[in-house]
Amino acid sequence: MSASTSTVSRRPWLLGSYAALVFAFIYLPIIVLVAYSFNRDGVGGFPPRHFTFAWYRQLFADSAIWDSVVNSLIVAAGAVVLSLTLGLLAALALDRADFPCKSLFRRLVLLPLILPGIITGLSMLMFAVIAGFQRSLILVFFGHGTALISVATTELFAGLQKMDRRQEEASLDLGATPWRTFWLVTLPNLKLSLIAAGLLIFTLSMDEIAVTFFLIGSESTLPLEIWGRLRRGITPEINAISTLILVVSIILIAIWYHLRTRNEHD
Amino acid sequence: MNFIYSRTYKALVTLPPILWVSLFLHLPYLMMLLHSFWAVRDGVIVDRWNFDNYATLFKNPLYLQVLFRTARIAASVTLLSVLLGYPVAYFLSFHAGPRKEILYQLVIVPLWVSYLVRGYAWKTILGSDGVLNGFLQYLHITHGPVSAILYSPFAVVLMLTHIYTPFVFLPIYASLEHIPRPLIEASQDLGASPRKTFFRVILPLSLPGLLAGATFAFVLSPGDFLAPLLVGGPSGTMIANLVQSLFGAAYDWPLGAAISVFILVITVALLAVTQRVEKHWSFE
Repeated sequence: MSASTSTVSRRPWLLGSYAALVFAFIYLPIIVLVAYSFNRDGVGGFPPRHFTFAWYRQLFADSAIWDSVVNSLIVAAGAVVLSLTLGLLAALALDRADFPCKSLFRRLVLLPLILPGIITGLSMLMFAVIAGFQRSLILVFFGHGTALISVATTELFAGLQKMDRRQEEASLDLGATPWRTFWLVTLPNLKLSLIAAGLLIFTLSMDEIAVTFFLIGSESTLPLEIWGRLRRGITPEINAISTLILVVSIILIAIWYHLRTRNEHD
Repeated sequence: MNFIYSRTYKALVTLPPILWVSLFLHLPYLMMLLHSFWAVRDGVIVDRWNFDNYATLFKNPLYLQVLFRTARIAASVTLLSVLLGYPVAYFLSFHAGPRKEILYQLVIVPLWVSYLVRGYAWKTILGSDGVLNGFLQYLHITHGPVSAILYSPFAVVLMLTHIYTPFVFLPIYASLEHIPRPLIEASQDLGASPRKTFFRVILPLSLPGLLAGATFAFVLSPGDFLAPLLVGGPSGTMIANLVQSLFGAAYDWPLGAAISVFILVITVALLAVTQRVEKHWSFE
């Protein structure tokens, strides 16, 4: 097949060079970011001249950053639990129950995925103000958890659709209660989907700015802490934390991707 | 087929998510919609029903200017993302050979890299004492810093193109991969030139993917209020920044809500139209 399709274009090298340039464009900012995190003389200028770990040392001593990392981790962990719980129920409902306006609900639950974050964030802010909730980290957790039900529902519904329904039927036929069947058959079957969705939600929550921006109180999450510093003038310390974020997200992607392919092959 | 699950089971899985989502997600969206028809009188929001907020958006020259700039930026981002994404998808689908899988992953990985981290990277590259200016001076192309690069609509377009190219690439690649290869062989066997094969067979069959990707970039980029703040400056202000300031310092929630609803309606309408067209075009 590749022999015949290679005649589609007579000059694949031209196309290949173009593709290489696009890859360079995509990766250039990331490479620059990492390179300058080791640059003694700041985030600009060319070429970076003096190699140093000083910015990483400064970063590790910077308690404000680490406080915000802890806040982000708490929010993300909470958002994973909240959105997976409700997303799992919603996915089960869409998969096996009939209720009025089902297809409408299925579309509406996806709104936070397709709308700009600012609209979801501001809508939630209005609700919070009118309902009398204080802007705080807890509100951010509720916001993330609720908005990300969209992701959980989509991922888990896909997992349920692939599941072999007969195992549950057998379990119920053999006299297991629905509750027992849920814990011993349904959940174990969905394990990989749950972990994959959880990782995705965790990553999205850790990186979220738009909703957080409007719901946060006096504390900071990691993205908002970085955001605040960007406005005050920048040092390679931000490159250093960005490089660490990069490393962690690549590890998470690798895990997610691994689970995903395993899930597809099962 | 659903008879094996009892009514209690169905109620237990259905009610909690519906109640939660309706109360904490759809009610807030509904409040946004309601506010867009209300007004501010003496610094207080009152439910005086009117369409003035929507009229203001289309009458105020400042808002119109920002609206048109947003549309221009979104269109540029869409066009550039397609111009960058399509050839790469084409190359991967037809010419990458055994390296296809790894190259595919290489396009996807940046999607997962923090949005803020990528935006920040562009700021350090484009700034007046940034990497690009340093590079140009190092090569003696320019002798002092060029300050016009950062804080311009161009910088916003560049940053958003960088963000959306992988998004646009994905559906295009998927649609190219779905083209039955015998169709292409048939076209060539019947004597069509590579150019003709591309324009008569490959391009039309990849249009659904192209459309999906383009819609995605066009619909999502106007809602971005962080890119203009990060690299756009005052001349790069977009519609979402208006919303943000109306909800903040300006304290005109109804007007901010009207602009949000406008963005929401455009987004949902464009997505619905694209979905229809895609269904119509797909040949399966």
